[in-house]
Amino acid sequence: MISFLFKGILRDRTRSLFPFLIVLAGVFLTVAMYGYVKGMETNVIRFSANLRSGHVKVMTKAYAKEAEQLPNDLALTGVAALLADLQKAYPGFAWMPRIQFGGLLDIPDDQGETKAQAPVAGLAADLLTPSSQEPRLLDLQKVLVRGHLPLKAGEILISDELAQKLKVKLGEKATLISSTMHGSMAMKNFTVAGTIRFGIRAMDRTGIIADLADIQDALDMRDAAGEVLGFFGDAIYHKDEADKMTLAYNARNSESSDEFQPVMQTLAEQPGMNFMIGWLKYAYSLIILIFLVPMSLVLWNAGLIGSLRRHGEYGLRLAIGEDKGHVYRSMMAESLLIGILGSIAGTALGLALSYYLQVKGIDISSMMKNITMMMPTVLHSQITPVSFFIGFIPGLLASVSGTAIAGLRIYKRQTSQLFKELET
Amino acid sequence: MENSILIKTVDLTKVYPMGGQSITALDSVSLTFRKGEFAGLVGPSGSGKTTLLNILGSLDAPTKGSAEVLGEKVETLSHKKAAALRNRHIGFIFQTFNLLPVYTAYENVEFPLLLLGLPPAARKKAVMDALDWVHLADRAKSRPNQLSGGQCQRVAIARAVVKKPSLILADEPTANLDAENSHHILHTMEDINRELRSTFIFATHDEKVIGHLRRKIVLVDGKVAKDEVIKAA
Ligand SMILES: Nc1ncnc2c1ncn2[C@@H]1O[C@H](COP(=O)(O)OP(=O)(O)OP(=O)(O)O)[C@@H](O)[C@H]1O
Ligand SMILES: [Mg+2]
Repeated sequence: MISFLFKGILRDRTRSLFPFLIVLAGVFLTVAMYGYVKGMETNVIRFSANLRSGHVKVMTKAYAKEAEQLPNDLALTGVAALLADLQKAYPGFAWMPRIQFGGLLDIPDDQGETKAQAPVAGLAADLLTPSSQEPRLLDLQKVLVRGHLPLKAGEILISDELAQKLKVKLGEKATLISSTMHGSMAMKNFTVAGTIRFGIRAMDRTGIIADLADIQDALDMRDAAGEVLGFFGDAIYHKDEADKMTLAYNARNSESSDEFQPVMQTLAEQPGMNFMIGWLKYAYSLIILIFLVPMSLVLWNAGLIGSLRRHGEYGLRLAIGEDKGHVYRSMMAESLLIGILGSIAGTALGLALSYYLQVKGIDISSMMKNITMMMPTVLHSQITPVSFFIGFIPGLLASVSGTAIAGLRIYKRQTSQLFKELET
Repeated sequence: MENSILIKTVDLTKVYPMGGQSITALDSVSLTFRKGEFAGLVGPSGSGKTTLLNILGSLDAPTKGSAEVLGEKVETLSHKKAAALRNRHIGFIFQTFNLLPVYTAYENVEFPLLLLGLPPAARKKAVMDALDWVHLADRAKSRPNQLSGGQCQRVAIARAVVKKPSLILADEPTANLDAENSHHILHTMEDINRELRSTFIFATHDEKVIGHLRRKIVLVDGKVAKDEVIKAA
């Protein structure tokens, strides 16, 4: 009997291929979309964490208040001692002192006269200590376009776009003009070691990356740093843990009115992040709304129409002596089978696309020319365990529930009536 | 045993609601059929022939009155019991939609035996025998859309008789057939009637069919207008 039904499914395309393709399409879209948003979430969090905010960030109370303006005059001092404290208190964590700074980059000609000049936004991190994790966190190997990473003091990386604008070549001199921690003018000569492209508009226009010690020297920030970023040992942001440790850390010093007291903030507290995380939540709900609900309706409808078309067949089978329950169960088995096969195929296709996007990504920088927001311009996807089953929800539920409801008509009708419907 | 009563209806009435009004398709029909009969319901279109066959076949329930078929009261049968009755004892031949289109002639004839749970070897023999009766053994692998109307009807006959049922209900079995094919399948059915002692009840306006009947029941407006034996067995 089962093989008899199976033959029917295979031979009748309108009952197999068509619903199969509909399920496949719906499941594919759901899985691909989910992977895309998931990838976006992970990417945005990773980018923000590695480049700017860490999973947690320690600053002085005063610096934290005006963090947007990179107030290095309010930077943390006694960083070596602070790092030792943090390492002791949070053994699983990696702590990275950083300085964000602004200034002008001046390219001199042979005579030392200004050839070209541009405002820059700089990031200083420990690039030269052999055991430093910073080159990996900043993904420097990958973002390097030309040249090499800084190998010795005095070497910097500058954005490829900026390098082209300033017409500066590798190995040429570049002078950073900025202000010291104490407010006087700072000037330091660097050599351009390489150019970089982050795929982040704001960074690709004006970004430079320098070694921490160089910038501490240039800005007169000995044993000082604007911020210390902390990363979980597994490199994944754990929101609840981060919230807890931040709360505990800040409670420790809450009595003090010292404006230079260190305070801790989580990734989610960073400006823009809340918005971003909220937006992603919204995107998930949107997937559910846009895909799951209408897809379920479409599949439900397909199940309904498919079984309507077959009233004649059901009537005939009932007349021959098949039990109504048996007919109903065979319809359900059919739709379940098609739902499963369609969901498997759709999930496979969706995962394939997600995998492609996860590995290769799609460059949308041309679409984001005028956007200065800190956002990755290469779209990525991410496959998570959820990707493997999320598509089965619309795939199975819809095709089976559609048939289940359509099939109830068989129960409601007189068998002779089913016949009349097929005769017309 | 020879003349045992197979079907007995008493005041069988079927009323269809039609909007505010109602249509009386069958009006107090009382009939008796014995084993081995070769009988026909004739009458103008709309006189209730199909309605009566459907009730006798437990596909439909009467509004009033009773119909006892093979010892079962149709009006009180559950879905399950009705299905079992049809499955074991009744073969249907319909006027239009007859075969499951995605299945071959062989598979269509095999279907009732699958429902009965017959073992494969027994199924195979019964199906080939039935196809032999209707002279279509060589077309066993053809799908309905590869067969002519008459051939499809013959496959339907094979499917109706394959389980050797006590009762075969045939609604306009020759409506789509030419004279030659009509006579051919009627001969086939007469042979089956003689060999298996199955009771045949037709619904028809076809003179060719009427010529083969041994008993003719004329329905007019849902009532039995005439019930006569026209030929000896
Ligand atoms: N489901 C239904 N709903 C309403 N009226 C119906 C229904 N089925 C049959 N009828 C009516 O019942 C009457 C008898 O119909 P039936 O189909 O039994 O006639 P028939 O003798 O088989 O006709 P024909 O020779 O045209 O097949 C007709 O008036 C028909 O319109
Ligand atoms: Mg009729």
